[in-house]
Amino acid sequence: MKIGVLALQGAFREHVEMLRGMNVDAIEVRLPEQLIEVEGLIIPGGESTTIGKIATQYGLIEPIREMVAQGKPVWGTCAGMIVLAKDVGMRQPLVGVMDVTVKRNAFGRQVDSFETDLNIPAIQNGDPAPFHAIFIRAPFIESVGEGVQVLAQLENGTIVAARQGNLLVTSFHPELTRDARFHEFFLKSLTVKE
Amino acid sequence: MEKKTGTWAVKVGLAQMLKGGVIMDVTNAEQAKIAEDAGACAVMALERVPADIRKDGGVARMSDPQIILDIMDAVTIPVMAKARIGHFVEAQLLEALGVDYVDESEVLTPADEENHIDKNQFNVPFVCGCRNLGEALRRISEGAAMIRTKGEAGTGDVVEAVRHARSVLGEIRRLQNMRPEELYHTAKELQAPYELVREVAETGKLPVVNFAAGGIATPADAALMMQLGVEGVFVGSGIFKSSDPAKRAKAIVMATTHFNDPKILADVSRGLGEPMSGIAVRTMAEAEQLAVRGW
Repeated sequence: MKIGVLALQGAFREHVEMLRGMNVDAIEVRLPEQLIEVEGLIIPGGESTTIGKIATQYGLIEPIREMVAQGKPVWGTCAGMIVLAKDVGMRQPLVGVMDVTVKRNAFGRQVDSFETDLNIPAIQNGDPAPFHAIFIRAPFIESVGEGVQVLAQLENGTIVAARQGNLLVTSFHPELTRDARFHEFFLKSLTVKE
Repeated sequence: MEKKTGTWAVKVGLAQMLKGGVIMDVTNAEQAKIAEDAGACAVMALERVPADIRKDGGVARMSDPQIILDIMDAVTIPVMAKARIGHFVEAQLLEALGVDYVDESEVLTPADEENHIDKNQFNVPFVCGCRNLGEALRRISEGAAMIRTKGEAGTGDVVEAVRHARSVLGEIRRLQNMRPEELYHTAKELQAPYELVREVAETGKLPVVNFAAGGIATPADAALMMQLGVEGVFVGSGIFKSSDPAKRAKAIVMATTHFNDPKILADVSRGLGEPMSGIAVRTMAEAEQLAVRGW
């Protein structure tokens, strides 16, 4: 299957390399016509205001909404989570399709960026090894709507990963690690079966 | 489970998130908003842009913290600020203010003509300038989590940015073709730690993100640097010394994303008004050049 990585700004190359390392055909997407050929999309980390503005300028917002409506898997990491959320507490261009309220820069500024291990049953499948999560000026999910499944929380209950049908969001950056379990989960579990 | 802050992964990680983006020099909250609205991925908070530092002369120091705080309040994107080379107390102040990245910058008057800041001692990440691979690797060994080629700030002349990017990237290609035993001598020549030299030879890239800076004034300049192989650009005087900063800023953002698409580059370059007038680096005395600062 061919997966697109939105390559407007941010850490798109790391996702492309991770996918290619899994023998997945991955392409960088900068223009709407490139979306036609992909069966899934990753919106990477970066600056959500930058990504949203460039996506709007080049007509990518509606085609991504259509992809979501068609049931194709779409995953947002960090800035990508913001771009997919319906509510981020401020006005900025968004795809805005997932029933979550997201708080931006929720942990503070860069000096508060952190890494930690998380237990995420959905991707561990009984594997005892936790997932090493890197949070960079990260957002978190303040509240989820009906039909949203919480996948990962910090010890204090803060929601940092969730799924709604074919949509996946993570506050942290699996693409900055060598652990491909989230990418596998995205490829295997979010594809809507015929 | 334990949360760790200030780690190498989160320092380098923020630079990863800035890739493919434009970091713009701003001197007040209003300019910071213009930059954010244009799609800047971060802003550099300054008292004066390099073109004015050059014009005013005298000693250039860290900005007034109030200016930096006003800019931090105005935008949601990361805010960087400059400390003088070797001035670790200015860096401590910037860390205490909560800036997202410290630029140990040759644009300010150096505070130490031998030693750079020991950046490994800080939780805040640092970006540093370089003219060649040896300088880049010395800064990385001191703890820089991001590198930018220096170019010649405040000139609007891209020639030095090109020279420095070609130098760094060319030297990386040269290392890749070396036999393992040649790397020891090369490390000595580069005046860089052997372990970093070997890592670059093996991976074919710097261990941190590499942007271009110094003299970028047009969308085509930004795309030129991207096509040469840098991962993003800093634009200083080029935006707010031009006749229509908002429009030029947006055009440079679009050009940095679509750097390989000449049709889009031509489209975004139309009708931007006057660029900054600039100074040809060729006509400058060496004493006026900022890039030679740093060791």
